[in-house]
Amino acid sequence: MLDLFRYGFAVRGMEAGMVVALVAPLIGTFLVLRRYSLIADTLANVSLAGITLGLLLGINPILAALVTTAAASLGIERLRLSKRIYGESSLALFCSGSLALATILLSVGRGFNTNLFNYLFGSIVTVTQKDVDTILILAAVVTGALALFYKELVYVTFDEESAQVSGLPVNRLNMLLIVLSALTITLSIPIIGVLLIAALVVIPVVAALQLRRGFAATLLWAEAISLFSVVTGMLASFYLNLSSGGTIVLVMLGVFLVLLPFGKSSGDQPAA
Amino acid sequence: MPLETPAPAVNHAENIIELDHASFSYGGRPVLEDVSLAVHRGDYLGIVGGNGAGKTTLIKIVLGLLRPTSGAVRLFGQDVPAFKDWSRLGYVPQKATNFDANFPATVEEVALMGRYGRRGLLRFVTRADKEETRRALEQVGLWQERGRLIGDLSGGQQQRVFIARALAGGPEALILDEPTVGVERGVAGEFYALLKRLNEELRLTVVLVTHDIDRMAHQAMHVACVDKTLFYHRSVDEYFRKTHTATHPHDHPSATPGGEL
Repeated sequence: MLDLFRYGFAVRGMEAGMVVALVAPLIGTFLVLRRYSLIADTLANVSLAGITLGLLLGINPILAALVTTAAASLGIERLRLSKRIYGESSLALFCSGSLALATILLSVGRGFNTNLFNYLFGSIVTVTQKDVDTILILAAVVTGALALFYKELVYVTFDEESAQVSGLPVNRLNMLLIVLSALTITLSIPIIGVLLIAALVVIPVVAALQLRRGFAATLLWAEAISLFSVVTGMLASFYLNLSSGGTIVLVMLGVFLVLLPFGKSSGDQPAA
Repeated sequence: MPLETPAPAVNHAENIIELDHASFSYGGRPVLEDVSLAVHRGDYLGIVGGNGAGKTTLIKIVLGLLRPTSGAVRLFGQDVPAFKDWSRLGYVPQKATNFDANFPATVEEVALMGRYGRRGLLRFVTRADKEETRRALEQVGLWQERGRLIGDLSGGQQQRVFIARALAGGPEALILDEPTVGVERGVAGEFYALLKRLNEELRLTVVLVTHDIDRMAHQAMHVACVDKTLFYHRSVDEYFRKTHTATHPHDHPSATPGGEL
C-alpha cells in the first residue's frame, strides 16, 4: 500500500494535489454563488494559451499561464464593468479567443505535443519540485487574501447592492475575486489539467450546497469533499494507471450524486 | 431599554436626508425632476408612487448608488460624494429581487453582515459585533431562529432578518425599499408595527418607499408622493383629506393605492 510513497514524484504529486484540493473550493464557493462558474472555464482556456506560449518561448509554462490568466481576468472584469457588452459575452470572447491563440501557437511549435498532453489532462508524474514550490506560494497568496477579505466577499456575494451602500468597495472586491480565481486556476493546472479545472472549482461546492448549511459550514464541507476526492482520485489513478485529473473529477461527481438526495426536500421543510 | 421619553420625537433642526432640486435623467429621458425633500431626525416618512414613477431612482440617489444629473443630495449635512459614514444609514432592500433563496447563509450570518461596513477592511469580526447582531435579532424577534437558513424562513421573517441586518450596524436612519413585496398579506401589518416601534422607541428616522399606500399611510408621520417629481410632503391626515376630496386630477397623482399586496 505504501509503495506509492517510495516514488519521489508521487509524493510531490500528492502534496501538490492536496494543496490544490484545499484552495480550489475556497474560491469556488464565491464563484458558484455569484453565478461566475463559467469564469473558471474561460480562465482555464486562457491559461492554455499561456502554457503554449511558455513552451514555445522556453519559459516556465505555469508562470506564463499565471501572467496571462491574471491579465485576462482584469480584462474580463473591466469589460463587464464597462457594460458595453453582456458579462457572459465577454467570457465567450476570452474563451474562444484564447483557444484560437493556443491552437495557432501549437501549430507554430509542433515539437511539444507530449508535454502539452500532460497540461491538458493533468498528471502527477509531471509535477516537478519547482511546480510544487510555485503551487505553495500561490496557495498562500490566495488563502491569505481570502482570509483578509472574507467578510467583505461574503457580503458582496450575498447582496452586492447592500454591501455597496454599507460603504464596501464593491468593484475592487470583485476585481480581487477574479484575480484570485486566475491564481487558483493556474496553480491547479499540473494536477487536474486545463480541461478539467472548472470541475475542481465547481463540483465540491455544488455537492456541499446539497447539505443546506450556512456559509462557513458549506465552505468547510466543500473543503472536505474536495480533499477526499483528490486524495482518493490520485491514489486510484496511481494504482490503476489512469489519468489523475479524470479520476479526481469522477470521484467528485460520485460524491455529488451521493449527496444529491439531501438537497431535494428543501422547499417544504417544516419549521423547526 | 425602550426610551420612554415623550415627544418632541422629531428634531426639525437636524436634517438626516436632504434633496435640493435633484433631477435625474436616463439616456436623455427625465426620470426625476426637481425633487426637494428634507427628512428630519426622528421622522417617519412614507414615499409612495406607482410603477415607473421614479421611486427606485429616488432611493438610489439618496443611497449614492446613482448621481443626480443636477441638484444636490446631502446626508447628515454632507454632500453624498463626500459622505463616508455609511454605517449611520441602515438600508433594507426589496427582498423579492435582491436575494437568492438557496443561498447558504444562516439568519445569524446574514444579520452579522450589517456590522461589516462599520468594522472596516482587514479587520476581523469581534465579540462586540456578535453581541450587536444578537441584540438586533432580538429586536425583530428572530434570535431563536439564528441557526436556520435564511431561505427556509417565511417571507415576513426574511424581511425582519434584513431589518436586523440594518439595525446591527447601529444606524440613525433606516431606508426601506418596498419592504412588503413578497411578504404574506397578514404579516405586513405586523411589519409596519415593528417599524413604528423602532421609530418611536429607538428614535430611528425611517424612510419607507412603497406602493402600499393604504397600510403604510396610517403608520407614517408624513407622506410624499413621487411621480417624476415630488407632489406631497405633508402630514398623513392632510394627505388623506386631500386625496379623498380631490376632484382635480392633478391633485391626485398616479400612485396606485393598495397595489399588489
